Amino acid sequence: MSSQAITIEDPKTEETSEAVYEHPYIVRLCHWVNTVALFVMIGSGLQIFRAFPSFGAKIPEKVLINWPKSLALGGWLGGALQWHLTFMWIYIATGILYVGYQIFSGNYKQVLFTHRDIPGVWPMVRHYFFFGPKPSQHEAYNSLQKHAYTTAIALGILSVLTGFAIWKPVQFSWLAWMMGGFHWARLWHFLIMWAILAFVFGHLIMVALHGWNNFMSMLTGWKKDPDYTSE
Amino acid sequence: MSSGWRTLAHLPGAVTLKRNMNSPIDARKFKGKTRRELLKLTPALALGGFVIPQLQKPLLKAGLGFSDWASSKLFREHHLAPTFADSDVAPLNKFYVNTYDVDDPGVDLASWTLSVTGAVQKPGEYTLAQIQALPKLTQNTRHVCVEGWDVIGNFGGARLSDFLNMIGADTSARFLYLECADDYYESLDMATALHPQSLLCYEMSDKPLTREHGAPLRLRMPTKIGYKQAKYLTGLKTTNVLQKRGYWEDQGYSDYYAL
Repeated sequence: MSSQAITIEDPKTEETSEAVYEHPYIVRLCHWVNTVALFVMIGSGLQIFRAFPSFGAKIPEKVLINWPKSLALGGWLGGALQWHLTFMWIYIATGILYVGYQIFSGNYKQVLFTHRDIPGVWPMVRHYFFFGPKPSQHEAYNSLQKHAYTTAIALGILSVLTGFAIWKPVQFSWLAWMMGGFHWARLWHFLIMWAILAFVFGHLIMVALHGWNNFMSMLTGWKKDPDYTSE
Repeated sequence: MSSGWRTLAHLPGAVTLKRNMNSPIDARKFKGKTRRELLKLTPALALGGFVIPQLQKPLLKAGLGFSDWASSKLFREHHLAPTFADSDVAPLNKFYVNTYDVDDPGVDLASWTLSVTGAVQKPGEYTLAQIQALPKLTQNTRHVCVEGWDVIGNFGGARLSDFLNMIGADTSARFLYLECADDYYESLDMATALHPQSLLCYEMSDKPLTREHGAPLRLRMPTKIGYKQAKYLTGLKTTNVLQKRGYWEDQGYSDYYAL
């Protein structure tokens, strides 16, 4: 991989350790800004959902979930729409900047799941869930991580497309049509939010398991004592 | 030169680690390097402005304004909203009624007129018969409520553009301002008013508008969100300056909300 390892030496003890530059600046900036935007979108989205917590007809209205107001953002429908229609641009901008940067810098190879990663999936699943041996790792992300991150990016793109289908069912009528109509677009938008939350849940567990150096790498770019060999 | 990795690699049975060819850097130098990288993220803290009470309102207003601007750029004058088959139309008893205060503001239908003011050549009082004398357009379109529900209705009426032509409206004016019998009020951008599907609607499902649906005359634009479809119209003004933008808009909803 392109990540370049360096050796750090403590001048007093002469002990050495290694560090790898894993996350370029744009990736880190987009990660954190998008994290904030994502939670604002989810919180305000749930407040918007509270105005009509259903996916069928208005008459008769079948209430699906009485989502608690304390777990929503914006206070009322109009307030939530202000948050949603403001932060969607931040969400989209960081998404475009991230994807564009990854493509043009070639850094996408770090996270993009391809056919070459398929054989590596099962050994990782066995390791994580069935106490199998840890497969040796030669790059920042293993096959399962690449799968998770690639899926998360795809879900992010789908969340925007389904959102536009609801916001602009006339100008983007073809988008709503592709999703099975306006009702389906609204349901997809809702389901994709839960899928993203499921990713976030798994992501946070893995970050906690992998410890401080791993967490700090998304802030400073540098991962100390990586558990894979550098090339 | 006494890199730990090289020593490790010489141990029998050790995992082969690729030796790093760079000379080692000082731990303090590395600390400074990571600190600088961390500081580069400080622009992200600008988002904190949204939690400062004095800044939150203007920031969200600007965000909504940007959305409205983008929305107006996405609007296409000749792009038609989807229309639907008669079998998709909801019967009137399945068409939900949202009102501002009362379902029936008690309009005297016999003496009703629409007051036209503003930048028009022929201001004055217009009767329903005059509006009904204009070519009639009937279409099945989707009514979308800001709350998230929608319903397909059958709407009949005169094109708003034909009416504006009849009253000699200055179509270079920016807005229409609408007044209603129930004190609701609305504004509409001229581009949407001139859209071929924008109606002064007096019929739903081939019958005169019922009172709860806005008798005798309402707005019906399939390119706009529900709260812009003002009912029980009493006044229409062509203007460049809006004192008020609409009942819900003045509470904080989008001014332009186009579908």
